[in-house]
Amino acid sequence: MANTETFYDVMRSQGITRRSFMKYCSLTASALGLGPAFVPQIAHAMETKPRTPVIWVHGLECTCCSESFIRSAHPLAKDVILSMISLDYDDTLMAAAGHAAEAAMMETIEKYKGQYILAVEGNPPLNEDGMFCISGGKPFVEKLKLAAKDAKAVISWGACASYGCVQAAKPNPTQATPVHKVITDKPIIKVPGCPPIAEVMTGVITYMLTFDRLPELDRQGRPAMFYGQRIHDKCYRRPHFDAGQFVEEWDDDGARKGYCLYKMGCKGPTTYNACSTIRWNEGVSFPIQSGHGCIGCSEDGFWDQGTFYDRVTDLTQFGVEANADQIGFAAAGVVGAGVAAHAAISALKSAQNKAQKTPTPTNEEA
Amino acid sequence: MSSVDTDRGSGIALTGDATDADLATITRNSSVYVYEAPVRLWHWINALAILVLCVTGYLIGSPPPTMIIAEATYQFVFGYIRFAHFAAGMIMTVGFFGRIYWAFVGNSHARQMFKLPLFNGKWWAEVWGEARWYMFLEKKPKKYVGHNPLAQIAMFFFMTVGMTFMIVTGFALYSEGVGRDGILDTVFGPLLDLVGGSQMMHQIHHLGMWAIVVFIIIHIYAAVREDIMSRQTMVSTMISGTRTFKDDDPN
Repeated sequence: MANTETFYDVMRSQGITRRSFMKYCSLTASALGLGPAFVPQIAHAMETKPRTPVIWVHGLECTCCSESFIRSAHPLAKDVILSMISLDYDDTLMAAAGHAAEAAMMETIEKYKGQYILAVEGNPPLNEDGMFCISGGKPFVEKLKLAAKDAKAVISWGACASYGCVQAAKPNPTQATPVHKVITDKPIIKVPGCPPIAEVMTGVITYMLTFDRLPELDRQGRPAMFYGQRIHDKCYRRPHFDAGQFVEEWDDDGARKGYCLYKMGCKGPTTYNACSTIRWNEGVSFPIQSGHGCIGCSEDGFWDQGTFYDRVTDLTQFGVEANADQIGFAAAGVVGAGVAAHAAISALKSAQNKAQKTPTPTNEEA
Repeated sequence: MSSVDTDRGSGIALTGDATDADLATITRNSSVYVYEAPVRLWHWINALAILVLCVTGYLIGSPPPTMIIAEATYQFVFGYIRFAHFAAGMIMTVGFFGRIYWAFVGNSHARQMFKLPLFNGKWWAEVWGEARWYMFLEKKPKKYVGHNPLAQIAMFFFMTVGMTFMIVTGFALYSEGVGRDGILDTVFGPLLDLVGGSQMMHQIHHLGMWAIVVFIIIHIYAAVREDIMSRQTMVSTMISGTRTFKDDDPN
């Protein structure tokens, strides 16, 4: 791969017309929330900039991020992998295997020191010196640190790399740790989700290549353009929420009519992601559209927030599993009963006091 | 009267937020103007706001059964419940700031709720004394012009601290609805990350509501009980502002 080859060169060499190329640029611009004025800028970047080398490593994960990524429609993952980036190392997608693959990674690190992007899928377990995840004969944490050392930036793909996900759920026996707690000296973009939306993944890469900088990140380090709003804020079932029309049972009339899934434990109101706008599988649908509540997979610690089907989450901090209402009802009940008992004793006591005081006048009367 | 003055001179009985002038009044079986009009007004507005907040807050966590009055476009039932919650929250917040302002410009009793005299041994002795009164171990409670020490503790933790907690967590949740580029998000947004996300913030805000409910039960019971059994008025004091004492005994 010649490193002076631009995205445009590669696309043209694959038989993509200029017209298709421009369409791709404008689609990408709108996916990124940019105006038409940015289309020429994207096209110019694609025509002139060399492809950016990417090393994609896999730690403790299920590969659902890769599965999502290869289904991107706008832009097509094929375009991203073959044209926009130079995916020099990715254990699951590359043709090479074994020593050849590891050699490719080392070669990329050497050749593009400080220029390549490190994409991390999954996270390193730190317990037992990282022995719970061995990649290429070494603990993954070592590979991660090695690859991150000379990276320009790090992308944390998915909930695993961003927050820890299921392998970091309590009690987290392997001590699975999100990337940003291991790599602390590089700019890190978190793209949470289990998996993240394909278009979000490719959109982030496109943005970084086009503008040669990280997209605007929010407080948690997520691209603001995709994680700036809650699913609830743009949900097409929102009018039913405001109306107070809820699905009460999975098979009731409300479920058939597409009422709000709030009562079924939908986490849309507490989840920042773009599912309700970009949707999934080329914009076909998203969980709420298919009749199931959001499970909040792009939120920190979503496995530790009780069941997916409760609005008021169970809290386990009290030793027994109970939600805020159960705890509150119990506390109010105990206090109420205590108050009633106290009132009764108070009444008895004061009656007693009066009885003790009254003998004198009673005697006088007698 | 002269014996009372001597007692006061020897430094006893300056309790329950009583000033010298108060004490002279107490011993004459009279009344003291304790709660100025803004304090009383705040109390009742706050009580009303809290009632609305608890009811609507509970309904936001556990919505009423689905109502089909009209097409969703023309129906706004849950929207109104949430609106009432937000509006009452705003009123409570503004009221609380007004109350804090009044602690500075009002009389000394207006400040009692915001502090605990933790380094005052006598105060601790009276906390214990009041606790004994509630455990039926004390025949006669002490007189108090402002809050008794137990009440002061309850006010401080449930109202001053508790309400601050509810206002802060409430605005953190509200900032999510307003959007991530507003001033509210800048101020309260980091708290969401601190507690571990929006869902957890909802839960602790919800738990806070139950703490307030527990306080309401205790507060109303204690006010009525004290009104009947203590040596001074309670309920009417929050209406008229004057605390009337039922006996002449200065202790």
